[in-house]
Amino acid sequence: MTTTRLLELQNVTQSYGLRDRQFVAVRDVSLAIDEGEFVALLGPSGCGKSTLLRIIAGLTTPPEGRVLYRGKPLRGVNPYATIVFQTFALFPWLTVQQNVEIALTARGVPDKIATPRALDLLDKVGLDGFESAYPRELSGGMRQKVGFARAMAVNPELLCLDEPFSALDVLSAEALRGELMELWTAGDIPTKAILMVTHSIEEAVFLADRIVIMEKDPGRVVADLKVGLRHPRRRKSTAFLEMVDRVYATMAGQTQPEQVEMGTAPGGGRLRLLPDININDLAGLLEELNDFPGNWADIFRLADELKLDSDHLLRLIEAAELLGFATIAAGDITLTPLGETFADASVRGRKEIFGVRIRRLPVFRWLIAELKKVDGNRLTWSRMKEEFEREFLPEEVEHQIGIAVDWGRYAEILAYDDDKEIIYLDTAGLPQR
Amino acid sequence: MNRIIRLFSSAVPRQRPWTWGDLVALLSVTVLVYAGTRLAFYAPAVIRGPEISLSPDVLPLYAGLSFTRMLIAYGMSLIFSLWYGNVALGNQRAEQILIPLLDVLQSVPILSFLPVVLLGLSAFLSQNTAAELASIVLIFTSQTWNLTFAWYQSQKTMPRELREVAAIFQFNAWLRFKVLDLPFATIGLVWNSIMSWAGGWFFLMAAEIFTVGKKDFRLPGLGAYLNEAANRGDGNALSLGLITLIAMIIFLDQVLWRPLLAWSDRFKLETLGSVPAPNSWFYDAWRKSRVVADWVRAGAGLALAPLARIIGLLASRPAETVDAEPARGWKTTVFFIVGGAILGWGSYLAIAMLARVSLQEWSQIGLGLGATALRVLAAIIVALLWTVPVGVAIGMNPRLSAWLQPVAQVAASIPATALFPVLLLGLLTAPGGLNLTAVLLMLMGTQWYLLFNVIAGASAIPHELEHTAKVLRLNKWQRWRVLTLPALFPYIITGLITAGGGAWNASIVAEYTVFGGKVHSVLGIGSAIAEATASGHYPVLLAATLSMIIAVVLINRFAWRPLYRLAEVRFRMD
Repeated sequence: MTTTRLLELQNVTQSYGLRDRQFVAVRDVSLAIDEGEFVALLGPSGCGKSTLLRIIAGLTTPPEGRVLYRGKPLRGVNPYATIVFQTFALFPWLTVQQNVEIALTARGVPDKIATPRALDLLDKVGLDGFESAYPRELSGGMRQKVGFARAMAVNPELLCLDEPFSALDVLSAEALRGELMELWTAGDIPTKAILMVTHSIEEAVFLADRIVIMEKDPGRVVADLKVGLRHPRRRKSTAFLEMVDRVYATMAGQTQPEQVEMGTAPGGGRLRLLPDININDLAGLLEELNDFPGNWADIFRLADELKLDSDHLLRLIEAAELLGFATIAAGDITLTPLGETFADASVRGRKEIFGVRIRRLPVFRWLIAELKKVDGNRLTWSRMKEEFEREFLPEEVEHQIGIAVDWGRYAEILAYDDDKEIIYLDTAGLPQR
Repeated sequence: MNRIIRLFSSAVPRQRPWTWGDLVALLSVTVLVYAGTRLAFYAPAVIRGPEISLSPDVLPLYAGLSFTRMLIAYGMSLIFSLWYGNVALGNQRAEQILIPLLDVLQSVPILSFLPVVLLGLSAFLSQNTAAELASIVLIFTSQTWNLTFAWYQSQKTMPRELREVAAIFQFNAWLRFKVLDLPFATIGLVWNSIMSWAGGWFFLMAAEIFTVGKKDFRLPGLGAYLNEAANRGDGNALSLGLITLIAMIIFLDQVLWRPLLAWSDRFKLETLGSVPAPNSWFYDAWRKSRVVADWVRAGAGLALAPLARIIGLLASRPAETVDAEPARGWKTTVFFIVGGAILGWGSYLAIAMLARVSLQEWSQIGLGLGATALRVLAAIIVALLWTVPVGVAIGMNPRLSAWLQPVAQVAASIPATALFPVLLLGLLTAPGGLNLTAVLLMLMGTQWYLLFNVIAGASAIPHELEHTAKVLRLNKWQRWRVLTLPALFPYIITGLITAGGGAWNASIVAEYTVFGGKVHSVLGIGSAIAEATASGHYPVLLAATLSMIIAVVLINRFAWRPLYRLAEVRFRMD
């Protein structure tokens, strides 16, 4: 059987900012979606998966690369695609019925046809009886059903889902996933393909036929895995768990050359983003691992056991690896002897170890050198910003400096005066001059 | 309570560095004032005002006239605001000038324009038309900036997803305006409309009573009625006029603004739960009587649909893809070049006219600025001294606030300029005379902003902190120093910014007045402007007006903004 190619991205690169302060959201991505496919885009926050979805829907036009829909270059908004949003994006001042009707009205469908069609769709997603309710009266799950009904109203060929279940509670999300699969597998809807952005590995394995894995810095596609499981899938089956393990292994095992791995100082090439973590959480994770026999654990099981979402856990693991507290291999995380020492150490001891480790990071090495250069060992926040702005997106800069200051304060390397917005070298933590 | 906070805090943009947009803004103001002054040379030297009747029979007519002026100005403001905001939103280069301009214009003391506008218009219009138009221009200028800011801000803060929905479902401009842009802005527009009307009354009253030397610019209306009554010492007419004014303001509040607020609650993005929805008896009754409501709605629909369509055409922006690059058409370039040339030429002429002002006149203007600044300061200090303790007492005591709030609201709703004739009648002969009256007028214009902000701040102090203060056995002074004053600081600053602007405005009418056929004046920038208007000394008028505008803008920038920022960063409760 020959399949029809619905959508194709060819070497798409999307960047923001001006010439010397460019930030690359996605680099050189090529991707194809065929009719009948359910593709999941999986990756950590900031890997550009939502950007990719918006490029595919035609909301953003990439400066480089080509977007083809049914073989023709896409110009402007893709009329055959529609999006279901994470935040539902319903108009709060319109009733449930009006929210669905408006999608039809916008395409010039007269009310006489739009109204029965909206009612029919609401019936299909099980919102019969809630037509005149306002979104705020509904639970999250029901609101997202309105989101689905609105998307279906325009008979999209390509249905784009932007983390549609991640704002819902566990039970509603599960129910809605099941209902989506019913509609999709039964062929009740004219949709030819579904593209879903998610950061939940299990969700991707549960729903998709193909999982496209992305990495950040810069956003790129690193793997494209086929999921050969039959629907309905059972989460506890061995085949399912093996697939989840494989995806975890692929995602956590993305190693880069040493320089990329450690990052560089501002001006010395691409900076590595410091993972946004709570240092107490990191300590907690290391302690937990220290209690495991052999000091290692399967990352997927760990997520389950600690009740952490995978995004959060992966950030902690990234930090542990960056600081040399743990190593990652084939979906497993193993504590290093240093990590063990950290887990066993007292509060003071931990601060010392942490301090020694972050001094090795080029960002901190640069920062300390800069601080030592100036009289009084101080830098203003705005001066830091200027340096960082050469490397990061403007909205990322404040965040990154915040993390650096937080880590430095914990390690007692830095002090920060919030009133004056000045970063000091913490002289108490340094040998006396 | 929430209503009060919203009502009495101006929309101050966040800290913004000086840009060349500020320079353009100041130059534009200069050129505009210059143009008015230039025209003033052709204005007649003597302007005879209208006969103002004190018969109670004319009150409905006068009230109607005053109301109509407000309504016309408000309608113009609304349309202008949507248009101005859209130009800024649609063109990045225009945005860089329009937003600083907006910021400067909203801190300019509007009343300082009044003489220039009146004289400029009198040069080529019949005196009555000129005065009518000037009052509308004045009210319009006072109302439009915060409305514009509300519209611009709402469109800027709209969630990205909602804009994406409009794009992906291919809404056209009209549908997008109707379903997304306007509903999203509704709450902000309603709140700011209420603010605009409150301010509008102040300026309308000032415009209706404006008289300098042999130039009587009065307009038949409630303000002139009050003024005439005070002039003739007719206590009866004075009370009748005040009652009519207050009744009209309360009536509008009850059957227009409150219902609008209650209705606009549906446009909230998300209900946070804790904030109670505004309520209105009129709105409730309206909704319950379906028959009347349907009937009126049908009628309003017929009448308003074409109007809405027109506003929509003016106000809706073309549908866009979300990340559209800014258009850099040649039209904008031509516009900028022409605009730049006009500004340059106008500024040159303005400077040439300013050169005709003698050194002695300049020093007189400088002294006047100083004197007025001292009066403003005095008014603010007196206001602080009484509003802080009283506000805290009311804010921390729900029972007290339950019955004092409505009283204070009614008191606050009376525009200070309407009470000015009353003050004159009572105080002009007292020791201190006009000096005292001027400070009192400023005080009346400022104290309410402060009082309501202090009440809001006091009632927002978390109970946990109050309890902690008790548990720690802090004495009264320590409690003020550690808890109450820091907690109030942001509210006081917000109140002061609005209050300061009001006080400067008041100086125009307060420092120079014609009362009982005699001219009374004290040293000040307001009297400098009024005297220059009276004597026809127009270069001095230009110099004084510009000095006042620039002084107030600078004070805003260098005194209030840093304090506001400090309040936001250091003393925020979150």
